[in-house]
Amino acid sequence: MAIPKFVTFTSQAVPLDIENIDTDQIIPARFLKAVERKGFGDNLFRDWRYGKTGEKIATFPLNDERYGGKILIAGKNFGCGSSREHAAWSLFDYGFRVVVSSFFADIFKNNALNNGLLPVQVSETFLQEIFEAVRLSPNATFTVDLENQTFTIDSTGHSFRFSIDGYKKECLLNGYDDVDYLVSLKPEIEKFENKQ
Amino acid sequence: MSKTLFDKVWDAHVVREIEGGRSVLYIDRHYIHEVTSPVAFSGIRNRGLKVFRPKQTTATPDHNVPTLNQHLPIADEQSRSQVETLIANCQEQGIELFGLNHPKQGIVHVIGPETALTQPGMTIVCGDSHTSTHGAFGAVAFGIGTSEVEMVFASQTILQPKPKTMLIRVEGELGKGVTAKDVVLYIISKISSSGGTGHFIEFGGSAIRSLSMEGRMTVCNMSIECGARGGMIAPDETTFAYLKGREYAPKGKEWEAAVTRWKTLYSDEDAEFDTVYEFDAADIKPMITFGTNPGMGIAVNERIPSCDHLSGSDKTSFEKALQYMGFHSGEAMLGKKIDYVFVGSCTNGRIEDFRAFAQAVQGRKKAEGVTVWLVPGSKAVEKQAYEEGLVDILKEAGFEFRQPGCSACLAMNADKVPEGKYCVSTSNRNFEGRQGQGARTLLASPLTAAAAAVTGRITDIREFIK
Ligand code: SF4
Repeated sequence: MAIPKFVTFTSQAVPLDIENIDTDQIIPARFLKAVERKGFGDNLFRDWRYGKTGEKIATFPLNDERYGGKILIAGKNFGCGSSREHAAWSLFDYGFRVVVSSFFADIFKNNALNNGLLPVQVSETFLQEIFEAVRLSPNATFTVDLENQTFTIDSTGHSFRFSIDGYKKECLLNGYDDVDYLVSLKPEIEKFENKQ
Repeated sequence: MSKTLFDKVWDAHVVREIEGGRSVLYIDRHYIHEVTSPVAFSGIRNRGLKVFRPKQTTATPDHNVPTLNQHLPIADEQSRSQVETLIANCQEQGIELFGLNHPKQGIVHVIGPETALTQPGMTIVCGDSHTSTHGAFGAVAFGIGTSEVEMVFASQTILQPKPKTMLIRVEGELGKGVTAKDVVLYIISKISSSGGTGHFIEFGGSAIRSLSMEGRMTVCNMSIECGARGGMIAPDETTFAYLKGREYAPKGKEWEAAVTRWKTLYSDEDAEFDTVYEFDAADIKPMITFGTNPGMGIAVNERIPSCDHLSGSDKTSFEKALQYMGFHSGEAMLGKKIDYVFVGSCTNGRIEDFRAFAQAVQGRKKAEGVTVWLVPGSKAVEKQAYEEGLVDILKEAGFEFRQPGCSACLAMNADKVPEGKYCVSTSNRNFEGRQGQGARTLLASPLTAAAAAVTGRITDIREFIK
């Protein structure tokens, strides 16, 4: 299963100015019971998006009509907690292609990259600039250019050059996935086993 | 060149290094469960592949299973479907499965060590973040996502960037009533829930050495809660004594050879770590958390800190956590009424934990109005608790002993803490809603849980024990 190719895009964003957003908030455990990978977007941030009787919580940014687009902006230490890949799936399935934060938990970052969701790590100051841009104008747009590794606040023209591991960048740009690569190494893996 | 323990194990498993700093890492042991494996099985099936090394994978259902009446079909349809899918997938791929009611079933991170499938020097992965538990044996063990489970199925390897190394040394003697759980909650409260990110931790020092294997597992289990990829402890006589004679441990000559090999697994004296922390065991008290991440912990007799020194989103997050918990800065934790107690999980669901709990409640009675779930981590723990007479002590004190599974640790089964209720829990995460929608979790040791279970309040266990 190849991952979708990542192309440069410009989009509005959804601001979520909360730190330490853990995977239990992104997708609560009770929604992990499926045996197939589909429909997780409906339950993204379930308990923050909907109240007890299923009513939408209007103040939650995902329910706020002023915001939208393919970019999620979040406070530091995003994705801490469990290794459930469902967290990355639900963000992707909902329509996000990029999550911006000043810090990502390791496993989440890996899971995101393995599923075509780009984690963009920016400095704390730049993160605040982004939040500020959305505060000033909720429909502010941003441009994500993976080739050049830049995240740009269109209204100010300020850009941040983010880092990404070269191999993963190639994979995202071309839609390659790790399994194909590892399977191609089988003879070498067998040789390694025989040496043990 | 001098190497850390982590480097020794990691380097011995690198098949090749690729551009951009990732390694193709060979995996010795792979554990799977019902929740994070089905999509990975479909993945390899869709590619027309079979599991490459099925003998190196072991499966068990744990996350979803009920903790009462396990002989009956699982009532929840989706949970049943996940467990059945696991059975079918294992049959198709020739993977050994310890199914429900099997004498070796249990939480993955409890049964791996118990059967000695987990051994020093191994690389071990599982689609579950608390795979770090197995590091207690001097293994490089860490949690992976479902895409990576698929990689291991397809090739017995995964692609990983090599993490940085961190040494956390705890020197001195632990005080009365202070357990491994308190040690790790203390460490996380000091370095924060993200302090270990990007690192693999080695725990050392005399306080760590003095811990039993169960205690060491508790510490390594929670290394992930400070954001680390994993934690490990160099194997020593305690490790070898624990493993000897267990089912999958090497036997006879092979045992001798293995021990000789395992004795080389330690950090060389002048090995360099990227980060080093040192703590004094004497500073550690019985701990409890008051917030919604495991870094928000204090000694049980302390007051909830204020957030005056924080600013911006740090402050907002802190306030949000207290609001969720229904607590205020400056309040004492001691004496607060609680509604639930959960003893179990891969952090504290081992025999030693139930021994400690039973000993503390012996001769006392369960507090009125408190619901207590005592859930063994595995079938073997369950059996041993009966054989040692612990269950009798628990019954006598008014407690019920359940059947093994993850249970209220993540509340995927029926064991859910109701909204707004307080639960003293020996598990590892106090996130919002982790133990049920709106549930309020207070992480603590089995001893502190015992004190709460018989008093109905947050109590300092040190007042309890002579
Ligand atoms: S007991 Fe809790 S932390 Fe451990 S494997 Fe189960 S759900 Fe995960």
